[in-house]
Amino acid sequence: MDRGLVIGGVIFAFLLAMPVLLPIVGAEYLTGLLIKAMLLAIAAISLDLIIGHGGMVSLGHAAFIGVGAYTTAIGLQSGIEEIFVLLAITLGATGAIALVTGILALRTSGVYFLMITLAFGQMIYFTLTSLAAYGGDDGLTLWSLATLFGSDIVQDGRGLFFFVFAALLLTWIGVWRVSQSRFGRVLRAARDNPQRAEVMGYPVARYQLIAYVIAACIAGVSGLLLVQYAEFVSPSIAAWQRSGDLIVAIVLGGLGSRNGALLGAFFIVIMEEFLSSFLHEWRLIYGPLLVLLVLFAKGGLNDLLQPTSREAS
Amino acid sequence: MSHIARIENLHAGYGRAEVLFGIDMRVRRGAVTTLIGRNGMGKSTTIRCLMGLLTPREGTIEIAGNAMNGAPPYKVAQAGLGLVPEGRQVFPSLSVVENLRATARQRADGWTVERIFEAFPRLAERKGNYGFQLSGGEQQMLAIGRALMTNPELLVLDEATEGLAPLIRAEIWSMLDRLKQTGLSILLVDKNLEELARISDQHYVIEKGRIVWSGDAAAFSANRELVESFLHL
Repeated sequence: MDRGLVIGGVIFAFLLAMPVLLPIVGAEYLTGLLIKAMLLAIAAISLDLIIGHGGMVSLGHAAFIGVGAYTTAIGLQSGIEEIFVLLAITLGATGAIALVTGILALRTSGVYFLMITLAFGQMIYFTLTSLAAYGGDDGLTLWSLATLFGSDIVQDGRGLFFFVFAALLLTWIGVWRVSQSRFGRVLRAARDNPQRAEVMGYPVARYQLIAYVIAACIAGVSGLLLVQYAEFVSPSIAAWQRSGDLIVAIVLGGLGSRNGALLGAFFIVIMEEFLSSFLHEWRLIYGPLLVLLVLFAKGGLNDLLQPTSREAS
Repeated sequence: MSHIARIENLHAGYGRAEVLFGIDMRVRRGAVTTLIGRNGMGKSTTIRCLMGLLTPREGTIEIAGNAMNGAPPYKVAQAGLGLVPEGRQVFPSLSVVENLRATARQRADGWTVERIFEAFPRLAERKGNYGFQLSGGEQQMLAIGRALMTNPELLVLDEATEGLAPLIRAEIWSMLDRLKQTGLSILLVDKNLEELARISDQHYVIEKGRIVWSGDAAAFSANRELVESFLHL
């Protein structure tokens, strides 16, 4: 059996057991931490589609989390509370913005793509800070949250945990299936050699644009769920440093692998929580730890768990 | 349509440097055509123009009767051209099977991964390996297999046997023989005159961006010394 599938299955089984196990060991407070880790993982998996599989390093990905979060917040402020309606609006808004920015950004590649996505990300960030009606720089506290078919089951606790869990599972399965489809193979071929993929008969820019829009839409969903979890939204979630965090997560976990983004996101959230609980200057330990991991586990955490992952099946 | 590709009065270059000065070529359907010349004479530039990788400054390129001047490479490929590029350029982080499937275009009686493995059993043995894990010869077989998987009407090979071990070269020439027998149109850029003389139906010699000699197989044999003088062999 595919070892990556087994590792992923174990992670998801572990997550599924948490709402039952945590109250037994008196650690229910960790539910929030796991939701945070799952939300980071959703965004990281989406970014891995374009970086790990597509070779398009974007520093503007967090902006789509911001667009998703603000679209949800504005929707809630306007009285739209059904989560699937908010989801449809979020997908529409992030998809449309990604389509326009993607068409322009994909005219470049390499470091220029990095810079143009950073520029678009910053434009979105400063647009969000200028939304005075929605808190501007200070952000916005939400007094009502989304409902699921009129029920408040997805507003906190286990209900929200399982909703975010389902979103993560769908993202994990969906992105992997996309990456293993012909679309994904063309995307990876274009990452290796775009001109060669084009000469083989595939309009590379179109494939990359579709991947970019899919990734943005998934990031938008993580923004929606982040609002539901935090009951607050501020422009800081769209800052370029957040995109940097996502890149760290996928590099640490293992670029373009089945579980890399998942492992990286969980590692970051758990290490932050663990180290910051006993040391104020926790980044002094965290930084060298990241350096060691990058130096000695070049395929990321995924390769530590699955050392044969460089042999294709 | 007796010609799968037609190039007329092709002028091309890079920046201010003119490289091609009015190339005229015909590639007949079902035949093997060669483009011969020393390094730097414009062979690869001609292929780049044909494949849509370089926009000609002047002239006409027709594929299967359709003008393809300025068409993007993917349209040229979709029109039926399959390129085995100089330097192989397999996708290093895709496995052998993924390389073959990544850009495949299905056709009812067309090439499949299984048929490629029958033609190149060595690739079947390495099917789980990534492109970067293959030897030069294996990469070349994979590059040919990858081009065949697009089910081309014209297979274009740019220096397909360059830098390969004699045994691997023999295997590739034998494969080209078999492909010729299936009626596939082939455009070959190579320097191995012995093999070219044996397999090809039509020859073009290029020097300093101009076609300086062309002829069929019989003319090639009759004028071998003249051709070799152009090549300074």
